[in-house]
Formats: sequence, C-alpha cells, structure tokens
Amino acid sequence: MVAYTVRRLILMVALLFALTAAVFFLFTLLPGDPARLTCAKACSPAIIEANRHRLGYDQPVLVQYGQFLGGIFFGRTFSSDSPQPIVCNAPCLGYSYTRHQQVLTLILNAAPVTFWLAVGAFLVWISISIVLGIFAALNHGHWPDRLVMGISLVGYSMPSFFIGLILIFFVVLRWNWLPFPSYVSPFDNPLRFLQTMILPWIVLAFLNTAFYMRLTRNQVLETFHEDYVRTARAKGLPERTVVVKHALRAGLTPLVTAAGMDLAALLGGAVITESIFSLPGIGSLAVNSVLQSDLPLITGITLFSSTLIIFANLVVDLLYAFLDPRVTIA
Amino acid sequence: MVGRSLREIIWARLRRDRVAMICLVILIAYYTIGILGPVVASLAGISPYTLHPDLISDMGGKPIAAYGGISPAHPLGVEWGTGRDIAAQLLFGLRISLVISTAATFLTVVLGVVIGIVAGYSRGLTDNLLGRLMDLILAFPFLLIVLSLSGVLTQRLTELGVPEGNASRILYLVLVMSFFGWPYLARIVRGQVLSLREREFVEASVAMGAGRRRILFTEILPNLWAPILVYATLTLPNYIGLEAALSFLGVGVLPPDVTFGSMLANSVTYFNVVPTYLFIPGTALVILVVSFNLLGDSLRDALDPKGVH
Repeated sequence: MVAYTVRRLILMVALLFALTAAVFFLFTLLPGDPARLTCAKACSPAIIEANRHRLGYDQPVLVQYGQFLGGIFFGRTFSSDSPQPIVCNAPCLGYSYTRHQQVLTLILNAAPVTFWLAVGAFLVWISISIVLGIFAALNHGHWPDRLVMGISLVGYSMPSFFIGLILIFFVVLRWNWLPFPSYVSPFDNPLRFLQTMILPWIVLAFLNTAFYMRLTRNQVLETFHEDYVRTARAKGLPERTVVVKHALRAGLTPLVTAAGMDLAALLGGAVITESIFSLPGIGSLAVNSVLQSDLPLITGITLFSSTLIIFANLVVDLLYAFLDPRVTIA
Repeated sequence: MVGRSLREIIWARLRRDRVAMICLVILIAYYTIGILGPVVASLAGISPYTLHPDLISDMGGKPIAAYGGISPAHPLGVEWGTGRDIAAQLLFGLRISLVISTAATFLTVVLGVVIGIVAGYSRGLTDNLLGRLMDLILAFPFLLIVLSLSGVLTQRLTELGVPEGNASRILYLVLVMSFFGWPYLARIVRGQVLSLREREFVEASVAMGAGRRRILFTEILPNLWAPILVYATLTLPNYIGLEAALSFLGVGVLPPDVTFGSMLANSVTYFNVVPTYLFIPGTALVILVVSFNLLGDSLRDALDPKGVH
C-alpha cells in the first residue's frame, strides 16, 4: 500500500508539471498574439505594447514558462521596472489586469459559493440515486425498475440550462414560491441562502442522479450474480446482511470513483448552473473572464480546476484500493 | 435454421424495438429538416434574418399577436424586438447544431479509434506515453476547457486565415470538442484491442507476414465497430448539448445566426411574458437529444452478445 501510494504521488507530481506546461502552451504559445487578447475592444497599439511588456510576453518563450512556473512556487513581481510594481504572492497563478487583482485571490473569493453549490448538490444526488438505484435493482424487470430507468434516461438528456430555466419560470416567476436567486453566505442569512441554493442544487442533482441511479442499479445487479453473494446466501445469512454487507460494499465502490471525480469537477466551477442562477462562483468567474478576454484569469482558473481533478484522481484511486477488498495492489 | 450475419441479427433486434424505431424516424426527420432547412424556409416564405417591424409593437418591441406573435405566416411566432421568424431560426439553427455535433463526433471517433488501436496493439512505451497523454487531457474539465479556449483559439484561427465570425467559431468548436473528447473512446478501444490482439486470427495474420497497418486496420478494426457505433450515438447528443450550452453562455455561435442555445439565452429576458420563447426551442432540443440517447441505449442492448437471441 505504501509503495503504491508513493508511486501514485510521483505520477501525480509529474502530471501536474505536464499540466502547467500544457496550460501554458495552450494559452500563450500557440501561433498568435496573446497581448492582443488582454484588452478586448479597448485595444490600441499602445495598450497592446504596454500589456505585452507588463505581462512579460516580450520575453523568450522558455523564460516566460520559467516565470510562470516560478510564480507558482515562489511568487513573482509584474512590471518590476515600473514605479508601481505588482507583487503576486506564491502560489501565483497570474494577475488580472481587467480586475486589478491576483488571480488566486479572485478564485478563492469565488470558491465558497462553488463549494456550497457542489457539496449540497452532491449530497442530494448521491442519497437519492443510491436509494432509487437499489430500489430499481431489487425490483429488476418490474415496473418500478422501468419507471426509474425511464426517468433516468430523460433526466440524463435534459440540458441543464433548460431545466434551470424551467424551474425559474415556474417556481420563481409563476408560482412565486421562492424569491429571485441572489447569493448570500449561509453564515449571514441561512434562510436566504437555502432559498437561493435549493434550485441550483436540484438542477445539478437532476443531471447526476440520472447517471448515478443507473450506475447503482447496474452495479448491484451485477454483484447479485457473483459467487460470493451466492455463498453468503448459502451460508444462510439474512437477506438484509447479504444485500448491505456483501453486495453493496463491492458493488458501490465504482460509484466512489465516479462520484469523487464528478465532485472535483464541480468544485472547479459549475459553469452553466452558476450562470443561470447568477451565483458568483468559479464557473461564473470563468464565463466572465472569457467574455472579457481576461487571459491571466482564464489561464489561472483552468489550471486550478484541472489540478483539483488530478488530486481527486489520486484520492479516489487510494480510496478504491482501501474500500474494495478484492483489489490487491502489487 | 439459416445462419444470419451479425449485422442482420442486430438489425432484426432493433426492428423489434419500437422505441428505437420511433427514435430513428425522429432523427431522420431532424436531419432531413436540418439539411433542407434553407429550402424548407424559403418554401414557407420565412427567413431567420428578415426583420418584421410591422409585427411588433412600437413600444418595447413586444410581438402584437398572442403567444409571441404566432400567426399562419409565422407558425412559431416572431422574436421580441426584431420580429424575426422563430420557425426559420429553428430551421437554420438546427443545421448549425447538427453540422457542429456530427463533424465533431466524426473527428472524435477517428482520433479515438486510431490512437486507441495503436496504443492497445503496441503496448510498451508507446502505450504508456499515449496513456499519460490521455490522463493529461482528461484532467481538463470538458466544458470549462472548451469555454476557456474559445476566445484565444477563435482569434488564432482567424489569424491563420479562417474567415472571421461563425466560420471560425464553428471550426473552433469542432476541433476543440474532438481534441478533448477522443481519450474517452480511445480508452475503450484500447481495452478491446488488448484482448483482441491475443486472438488466433491476429496470430495467424502475423504468421502470414501481414504488415502492421494491415493487422491494425483490416484485421482488428472490423471487430470494434459495435462499441464504436454505440459510443458515437451517445457522444453526438452530448456534443449537441455542449454546443447549445456554449451558445447559451454567449461564446458559441454569434448573431445574426442562432442555435438552440442562443435562442434559449435570448428567451431569458422575455419568457416571463412570452413563455413560448423558452419552450419551443427547448422542447425541440430535448426531443433531439432524448431520441439520440434512447437510440444509443437500444443499440447497446442490441449489440450486447449476452442479449436474448
């Protein structure tokens, strides 16, 4: 287990390095002029040249990558030769000239919103889909199974922004059950927080429940046919013990993998849901940064979200080895 | 009993599946309408670009007729503020959506299959390097990366000579969706190839001195078409949804052209007063995506060797 963990850690560090290179390459190195992207419609040749110098795009490519990487570990200073140099502390993901703030600060300010959104939705969809998935599996082939699977397929096919708009249309505008969503911190106003978050949670959960319900059902059905489940039954264990202790434990481990990865992806920003409900999270930040052509911010968010996924990959793999008694690690 | 080829067995199973057949008919209809969109529109005398100031009120631009200006000449109503025909917008938008998603799926499948086969067959260092490359690409959240790169790469495509505007936007979407989409399929293909390469028919052709390319693409590839077909059928609706999402966010197709996503985005301002702006394009989109997913599902069942014959 220790050797495996170490090996996975080394692999992860290598992957993170490759990631910084890939992000850097994708956003700065491709043929074209990154400085022109820094000022959208307000561009004039003078501004472009000034930004080119400030952002260091006038340096050789490898020096730029070195500065980029150095910024992440040790921090860096932009336009150090000007009277007002901009200090960016480690880990420096860049500096947004549109918003005059460090990219990491902007991301961390948006992070709590995304955190609450992701965690709340996660709890909703995991609990509903495990219960309904097992229910469908236990009624395999009968109408509850078909009903659950039918709903799942339609749910899976609904574009999330359409579900979100329908919910806003009926729940907020037509029936006035909830006020129009506007984010507040749960510590300032818990009631308003719940009123705002419940629809986004439903939208995100809806989409994922469909997938996880199906996964749970298929996993449980598959393990029911395994020898060790037959053995457990043959031993005369009560059905409940067979289902919960034997079939579910092994059957649900793939769920852990998928859920961990999906949660990580959500924590990196739920782009569509945040936009529809005007939640000021990382996803909205990403959309706005793209619309404003804020290159350092886009780069930073991409790096941040991808790093989360790579971390989650490691955690999930280790957890998987720990949970599933059949996985042996050489 | 007469022996039947695999294709005949699968077709027979699909034909018995009523849901699959209905979906197939719907999809053929969508594609026909999509391809013939401009023809249909001109036959009906509607155009997505013509403004109809006479059909909207002078104050605020609300369509005069009820339900968003539905009339015999404009069966699905007209747009708020401009009076452009909604049905014509749908026809033209459908075409753009289908072009983007179909081209992106095709490219994804080609990349995924070729790289998957090469990785699975060569094993060793090549497989390892390709595997790490896939890990790296899969580390990018799909929607976020397509969103993030849109500004940067669209501009660079125009600098490379692609016409500015929607030509470069469409090309961008196709290229980036396939570039970040192929590893999912490549992993599936690689897994299949790992077991196929140990089979006797591969050994036999190696023994007969067949070249590498022949083994990969003439011997192994034909055995993979079942998972590839299912994957393609399920990827296409994903891409339709993704394109709609990006256009919804304002980074996909630009006005005056519209797709499902931008129509829904436009509806946001007015749907409290005129709900048809939300429900007409939304329903059209959902029917399209659901049909693809249902068909893909049936196809998977039909291709499952464990299924009942």
